[in-house]
Amino acid sequence: MAANEVDVFAHEEKRNLELGGHVGFDSLPDQLVSKSVTQGFCFNILCVGETGIGKSTLMNTLFNTTFENEEASHYQSEVQLRPQTYDLQESNVNLKLTVVHTVGFGDQINKGQSHKPILDYIDAQFERYLEEELKIRRSLFNCHDTRIHICLYFIAPTGHSLKSLDLVTMKKLDSKVNIIPVIAKADTVSKSELDKLKIKIMSELVSNGVQIYQFPTEDEAVAEINTSMNTHLPFAVVGSVEDVKVGNKMVKARLYPWGSVQVENENHCDFVKLREMLLRVNMEDLREQTHARHYELYRRCKLEEMGFKDTGPDSQSFSLQETYEAKRKEFLVDLQRKEEEMRQMFVSKVKETEAELKEKEKELHERFEQLKRMHQDEKKNLEEKRRDLEEEMNAFNRRKVAAETLMGQALQGCSQPFKKDKDKKN
Amino acid sequence: MGLREDGSERGWVRERMGLREDGSEGGWLQKNLEGYVGFANLPNQVYRKSVKRGFEFTLMVVGESGLGKSTLINSLFLTELYSPEYPGPSHRIKKTVQVEQSKVLVKEGGVHLLLTIVDTPGFGDAVDNSNCWQPVIDYIDSKFEDYLNAESRVNRRQMPDSRVQCCLYFIAPSGHGLKPLDIEFMKRLHEKVNIIPLIAKADTMTPEECQQFKHQIMKEIQEHKIKIYEFPETDDEEEMKMVRRIKDRLPLAVVGSNTIIEVNGKKVRGRQYPWGVAEVENGEHCDFTILRNMLIRTNMQDLKDVTNNVHYENYRSRKLAAVTYNGTDNNKNKGQLTKPEASDSMSPLAQMEEERRDHVSKMKKMEQEMEQVFEMKVKEKLMKLRDSEAELQRRHEQMKKNLELQHRELEEKRRQLEEEKNSWEAQQRILEQQKLDASRTLEKNKKKKIF
Repeated sequence: MAANEVDVFAHEEKRNLELGGHVGFDSLPDQLVSKSVTQGFCFNILCVGETGIGKSTLMNTLFNTTFENEEASHYQSEVQLRPQTYDLQESNVNLKLTVVHTVGFGDQINKGQSHKPILDYIDAQFERYLEEELKIRRSLFNCHDTRIHICLYFIAPTGHSLKSLDLVTMKKLDSKVNIIPVIAKADTVSKSELDKLKIKIMSELVSNGVQIYQFPTEDEAVAEINTSMNTHLPFAVVGSVEDVKVGNKMVKARLYPWGSVQVENENHCDFVKLREMLLRVNMEDLREQTHARHYELYRRCKLEEMGFKDTGPDSQSFSLQETYEAKRKEFLVDLQRKEEEMRQMFVSKVKETEAELKEKEKELHERFEQLKRMHQDEKKNLEEKRRDLEEEMNAFNRRKVAAETLMGQALQGCSQPFKKDKDKKN
Repeated sequence: MGLREDGSERGWVRERMGLREDGSEGGWLQKNLEGYVGFANLPNQVYRKSVKRGFEFTLMVVGESGLGKSTLINSLFLTELYSPEYPGPSHRIKKTVQVEQSKVLVKEGGVHLLLTIVDTPGFGDAVDNSNCWQPVIDYIDSKFEDYLNAESRVNRRQMPDSRVQCCLYFIAPSGHGLKPLDIEFMKRLHEKVNIIPLIAKADTMTPEECQQFKHQIMKEIQEHKIKIYEFPETDDEEEMKMVRRIKDRLPLAVVGSNTIIEVNGKKVRGRQYPWGVAEVENGEHCDFTILRNMLIRTNMQDLKDVTNNVHYENYRSRKLAAVTYNGTDNNKNKGQLTKPEASDSMSPLAQMEEERRDHVSKMKKMEQEMEQVFEMKVKEKLMKLRDSEAELQRRHEQMKKNLELQHRELEEKRRQLEEEKNSWEAQQRILEQQKLDASRTLEKNKKKKIF
């Protein structure tokens, strides 16, 4: 046993036992690896940078192939993310590579919202994974992991340092994804300018608190190379898929009148360093960091947002079941309350309308009462008039009778004197 | 695929071509990678990280006392897991069945393995062994629950994995078949843990007896639909051949020993009998080597994977399903596997969301219905009011007309009366006049006569 071996399980209560021979569990890492290889690996790269800065070319150079990619125009109204997935195989290792390009980044006049689609995309991938993880029946080991493992941020080689868009974007992204800043089109910067630029960029990043990805230095096997690479950040890269004859070899290079910039020449650019770090040495660490750090942070925030807590008011841990049950109770109570509210509202509406209708009824009733009364009055009036008429008629009749009687008498009186006279004459 | 200049195999890239005309996803376009990219190194990175992390494994050992469990474990791991200071389960029997664990750390070739051995002193040793499997089930479930809770925390740190990844079940070498206890135990635990049944003390049977015994056991296992741990299929022909050979020898008959005996000049581990030495690592004597190779050297990772992806997921989905939609109903079904429904493929939260949406739409519908009924009733009422209004209006009109008619009649009568009166008065006046004339004439005549 080596003296500098770290006891991994120091926190566990255990006995340390010596083996009396070869048991064979030293094949465990191999078993694990062979399972992983059979399953295949996923790796997702996000390339953030202005249009035309060389993202697609770099990807092609990095993976030694031509990924189909249309040239983007400068006239996108907003930043869009375009993911494309490829199945790659090398030796017996299957890699499902997803490359996501930001289309239209830095093209708008107002770049204030440029970072938002990128953040949303990264969050959406986390959300997708979280959703799968929370399902009742889930298949995490079958799931295609689309979470972004590395964000290559392309810095334009113009000017003397970072643009404000760069700072703002990287600051927003650093807590969500591993960022490796690269200086693009490094063949337009001279060596001395490049050194100055690198220092300036790193100091600006530090002073603004941007956390870029640090190559891990705990594993002795890679500690040395990682530490040295950390000092070369940001990598100044050149991409090319064209073969140029240099000497008697065909190499990938960019041919200028004054010479050829060889992509894989470490004196010319840091491409090889980037490839080493990204693919050959730290790929697994990038995946691990994404899962263990960035994803966990997202998950924690999301769950806290939804009201989940690990401990109750009296600091006792909740079991998952208790948490869900509490949530459910809350939820059911809420639903019931809403139902009650609606019913109440309805009941009051009904009451209101009933009252209104009653009012109307009363009004109508009153009106007709009034009319009835009027009618009664009229009738009385009529009756009176009738009586008057009756009386008049009677009076008239009496007069008539009286007059007739008088006349009768008068007539008699008239005829009697005639008779008398007649008698006298005789 | 072709080789490159440096002799390495050419890697390749496959890209999905867009959608076809009929809308189905396009096929794959395969291109060769031109140079060495480097991600072939990924497995090495995984290797290194796993060694750094260290490995854990939890092994459960179950069987009646005296079947040689402790000796076998010591033989498997070539170490004094069970010793006079840490006695095996058969020496620790208490009144009831216990489930106890002990952790040991062993190192080999730079690989650290934290081994947790779980044993069950008292299992099957009582007179009445009903439910002696219950503490075992409870233990396994409690480890699942611990993991579930750890996995579900908001703040997840390390997730210590103490789930039981393999259960070695020791069958007494009666030579006849499984005992009822064996069947009960395996039936109840086969869906919670990987069970590897072993025939203990295989050196008490001849090869033929052993063969028959194995045959009988496998028959009974199939009859009772017990799912013991299955070796995974591989694409590799060689490996598959080996796997099939092993499958033919299930259940494995084992002998354990840590005593070193010299046989034909070789130092071997075995059991010394007057009639010879039963060698532990001799494939013709017993299946110990197969067990060791399978358990430790080739399938340890797979045992962990099956525990994680199958047994644990079963536990988890059962547990979570009990918490959701049919809350109270499902609590009754806790022990059984519920039928897969569409709702099971969602997280409990998504289910609640859907429930909420359902509820909202239900309420909307209810609201609409109530509105409709309400409107209808109001309309009815209004119509009735209008009708009665019209009716009353009509009657009023009628009565008014009636009254008017009477008025007119009265007027007519009065007029008539007036007319009559007028004409009679006129007549009277004429008569009066006449009378007056007559009386004047008479007077005149009277006067004349008097002369």
